[in-house]
Formats: sequence, C-alpha cells, structure tokens
Amino acid sequence: MKRRTWRAALRRDWQLYSLVVLPLLFFVVFRYLPMAGNVIAFRRYRPGGDLFGETWVGLRYFRMFWQDPTFWHVFTNTLVLGALTLLLVFPLPIVLALLLNEVRTRWLKRLVQTISYLPHFLSIVVVAGIVMQLLALDGAVNAGLRAVGADAVPFLQQPGWFRAIYISSEMWQTVGWGTILYLAALTTIDDELYEAARIDGASRWRQTWHVTLPGIRPTMVTLLILNIGTFLSVGFEKVLLLYNPLTFPTADVISTYLYRVGVVSGSFSYAAAIGLFESVIGLTLVLTANFVSKRTVGASLW
Amino acid sequence: MKRAVLGLILTGVVVLTLYPFLNVVARSFSEEQAIQAGKVNLLPRGFNTTTYEVVMSDPVFWTNYRNTVVYTVVATAISIVLTTCFAYVLSKRHLKGRAPLVGIAVFTMFFNGGLIPNYVLVSGLGLRNTIWAVVLPNAISVFNLLVMKAFFEGLPTELEEAAAVDGLGTYGILWRIVLPLSKAVIATMVLFYAVFFWNSWFPAFLYLDDADLFPVTIYLRNLIAGSTGGSDISTPSDTALQIAANIQAVTIVLTALPIMLGYPFIQRYFVSGITLGAVKG
Repeated sequence: MKRRTWRAALRRDWQLYSLVVLPLLFFVVFRYLPMAGNVIAFRRYRPGGDLFGETWVGLRYFRMFWQDPTFWHVFTNTLVLGALTLLLVFPLPIVLALLLNEVRTRWLKRLVQTISYLPHFLSIVVVAGIVMQLLALDGAVNAGLRAVGADAVPFLQQPGWFRAIYISSEMWQTVGWGTILYLAALTTIDDELYEAARIDGASRWRQTWHVTLPGIRPTMVTLLILNIGTFLSVGFEKVLLLYNPLTFPTADVISTYLYRVGVVSGSFSYAAAIGLFESVIGLTLVLTANFVSKRTVGASLW
Repeated sequence: MKRAVLGLILTGVVVLTLYPFLNVVARSFSEEQAIQAGKVNLLPRGFNTTTYEVVMSDPVFWTNYRNTVVYTVVATAISIVLTTCFAYVLSKRHLKGRAPLVGIAVFTMFFNGGLIPNYVLVSGLGLRNTIWAVVLPNAISVFNLLVMKAFFEGLPTELEEAAAVDGLGTYGILWRIVLPLSKAVIATMVLFYAVFFWNSWFPAFLYLDDADLFPVTIYLRNLIAGSTGGSDISTPSDTALQIAANIQAVTIVLTALPIMLGYPFIQRYFVSGITLGAVKG
C-alpha cells in the first residue's frame, strides 16, 4: 500500500522531486557527510588517507583531551566569554528597542535604526581591522588616554583587556541589528492594552514592565534559546582574528584551540574529538533550553 | 526631561556607532606623522591620497579584489538557484516526503559536522585551491531557505492551478508564473547571499594557499595579522609599522566600500527579509 502511494506521488510530482536532487546533494555532501566524518574522532586518521580514518581506537582521543590541561583552560575561557556575551550583549538590543519604541519622531527613529544596523553588514575582518586601528598605540583610544595624562596601553597585547575588547566590539556590531525582531514584536502589541494600563493609572515604567515586556517575551525566549545553543562556539572567527600568543591566557577558546590542534598541527582525530564534544554540548543545550522554556513559559522553537 | 535623556542616549548610540568608521576613514587620508603622533581623530590631518595610490598600485590587491567579485557572483548565482528550487518544492504542502525534507534542512541549523570533518572532506574532495572550496560549502543557508519557503507558501495557489489546467508543467509554472511574482524576495536573497560571500574570509583562509586566489578579505587579514604579532609593538616610533597602519586603514575602507555604498539601498530589504523569516520560519 505504502509503496503504491509513493509510486503515485513520484509519477505525479516527479518534476518537483527532480528539483530537489541538487539541493539535497548539497546537504548530503556538505552537511551530513561531515557529521558522519566525526567518526575520525574514534579512529586513527592519516592525512591524505581514508576520509573516515584507518583503525578504531575507541575513546582514546576523548580521554586525551579530558586529561589535557590546555583543553580545560580553553574550556573555561569559552564559558567565561559565552557567559559574558549572554549577560552583557544579549540584553542590549532589548534595551535599545525599548528606547527606540519611545521615539515619536518617525525620521529620527529611522535615522538611528539605519545607523545602528550598519556594523552588521561589515566583514568580520573589517571589524577586526577597525578594532586594531582604534586600539593601536597611535590609535584613538590611546590618544584619549594620553590627553588625560595616562600612559598608552598596548591593549591587544594584554590578556587582561581581551574580554573587554571582545565584548565591546560584539556590542558595537550586533546591538542595532538585534533590535529588528524586537521592534517587529513591539508593533504587534495591542494599543488597547496600553490604554487599559493608563486608565488603571499605570506609569510609563509600569506600562513597560506589565505590557511591553510580556509582549516581546516570546521573541526574547526564542533568541535566548538560539543564543544558548551557540554558547560554546562563541565568536570563533573574531577571536581568531584578534588574539595572539600573548593574549592566549584569556582569548584562546575551544574552537580556536581545536583549529590550531587540527588544521595547523595536523592532529585531526584529536581535534575532531574536541569538536564533536562541542557540537553535542551545543545541541544538548538547545534541546534543554527549549524543553525548559516550553514547560515554564510555553515558548518553543518548534 | 525624559525626552532629553532619551535624546542623549540615542545620540550616544549614533556617535559610538559612527566614530570608529570616521576615525578609520580619517586615518586613511592622513599623513604618517600625524597618525604616529596620535593626532588623527575625526578629520584627516595632512590630507593626502598617497596611501590610496600606494594600495591601488599593488597588483595583488587588484587580483584579490577581482577574485572577491568573481567568488561573490558565482557563489550567489549557485546559491540562488539551489535555494529557490528547494524552497519552491518545500512550499508544496501536498508533496509526499515534504516534512522529512524540511527536517533534513532544519536539523543542520542546530547540529553541524564541525570544523575538522569539514576540512577533511573539502580537502579529500580535492577542492583545495579552487574556487569551489569557497563557493560550495555554504551554498544553501537554511535561514534563507526558510524565508523563501515562507514567501512561496504565501503566494495564491489559483494562478498555479490555472496554469496547470492550461497544461503547463512544474518547470513551466515555476519559471513563467512563480518567479515573475517573486522578484522582490529573490532580490532580497541575492543581497543576503552577496553580502555574505563578499564578507566571507574563513573558507578562503582554510582552503586557499595561493595568493593569486585570495579574496580581498584575506589580503586585509594578512595586513592586520602582522599588527597583533606582539613582538613589534614595543617601539611606537617604528616607521614601518606606521606605514602599515596607514595602509591598513586604506585597505579597510576599500574592502568595506561596496557594502557601505550599497548599504542605504539594501538595508530595508534585509530588514523585511529578517522579519519575514522570523515570523513565518
């Protein structure tokens, strides 16, 4: 029975199915083959040899990184950077969206939006370049320091500054663009709710707290879940561009470490084991966050 | 009072967003001595275009710039074809096997093979040092796919049904009925992909060894990579470093230029695309 319906579907919609062939090939080759390629985390892999490795070695590479102090060091760095991003970068677009929502002059609102979206469209390489220009010894920030009589600081060479630099550049790049979904959600809030709140004598603050914030909560929760899922892969490209051996103590994260171990030093299986660990944790975090939010606030990704 | 505070904060946002750009642009037009002395702020000091001439007279810069254009055009074309075909099929609710196909695509948003298996695969396929290493691994963005699918789902079905009654096949319907109705969403997708590929640097960094193949983002990355090196920062008066700072600023400006020029026009397409994807996706 089932086979016949498939046959009927194929006969009727073969043209539609034919359109799927190439896109599906893309997903199989460039998305699912690499997933399967993770078996090299359990097998010895010889560069240039079999794509899926040579011999089984079980959990050898997992035990290796479990006992690798550098791994735990970069793991901690990743957690700190991820937590700072969630704590400091994530809420910022909400605040800016609420502020923009208070602007009554149309063109002014548009102007601020247009300007604040701009950094989002730049290549991460350009962003890194701008950061380096600003923080160079002859850069604008050090010029400011000298103007108030302080000594110039080689910011990008000091581990103590890396997190601040990372977080603030992240804010600069994402805060404006991040407001889009919140602003869209804000327009869907029913004006009658504000009306009712005003009649009940609610102040502007109380209206924000009791009407606006609940109105954008589904958006907040969805974005939070997605952010939690990328917790461990924080800012790989940006860190790779901005760090250097001097700032490794605070800047080196799991993804940059496995890049160096795998691609630069050629320990592919070892790096794949770390990468698999990272991906599985990421997936677990999304699923857990999604489950928790479904149970508590009723918002869910699917 | 409240208005004033609000105005102050938003002015702050605008100034903080624009200042880094303006500073880099000012540096790109300034003479070395002024930059060295840390005098360049919002306006160029010792205005000159010599640095632009220096960068633009480097043949490697132009080769790399041309590569970026070629990669962007080829990659965007492939992406648009694949994304449109897949999104159109996924928008057909009656299609058997539609749900698993959506699942196959969406799952990759939350779980991916990771850097190393990708690297091993692309190398194993012999794509290193070819344009395909830059173009193919990111050919379909699932987010863009969902945006397009949502758009196609919103099209009225009557037109397609009428065309089918007139004897038009799926290909004919897609080509002659659906695509002409979808110009706006296709334009949006072209922009999404083009900006993505223009800005992309990491696949090129991973898979290309030959400087003649680099996109301009790698040209820029190699210029700025030297300046985080650590060892060469102890002497603020080092002339070579200052010239590099000059040239860095110019290269930053030239790399970002097409995006900045197009930005006022493309921005609203992005906003509508994002909102469509989020609401329906």
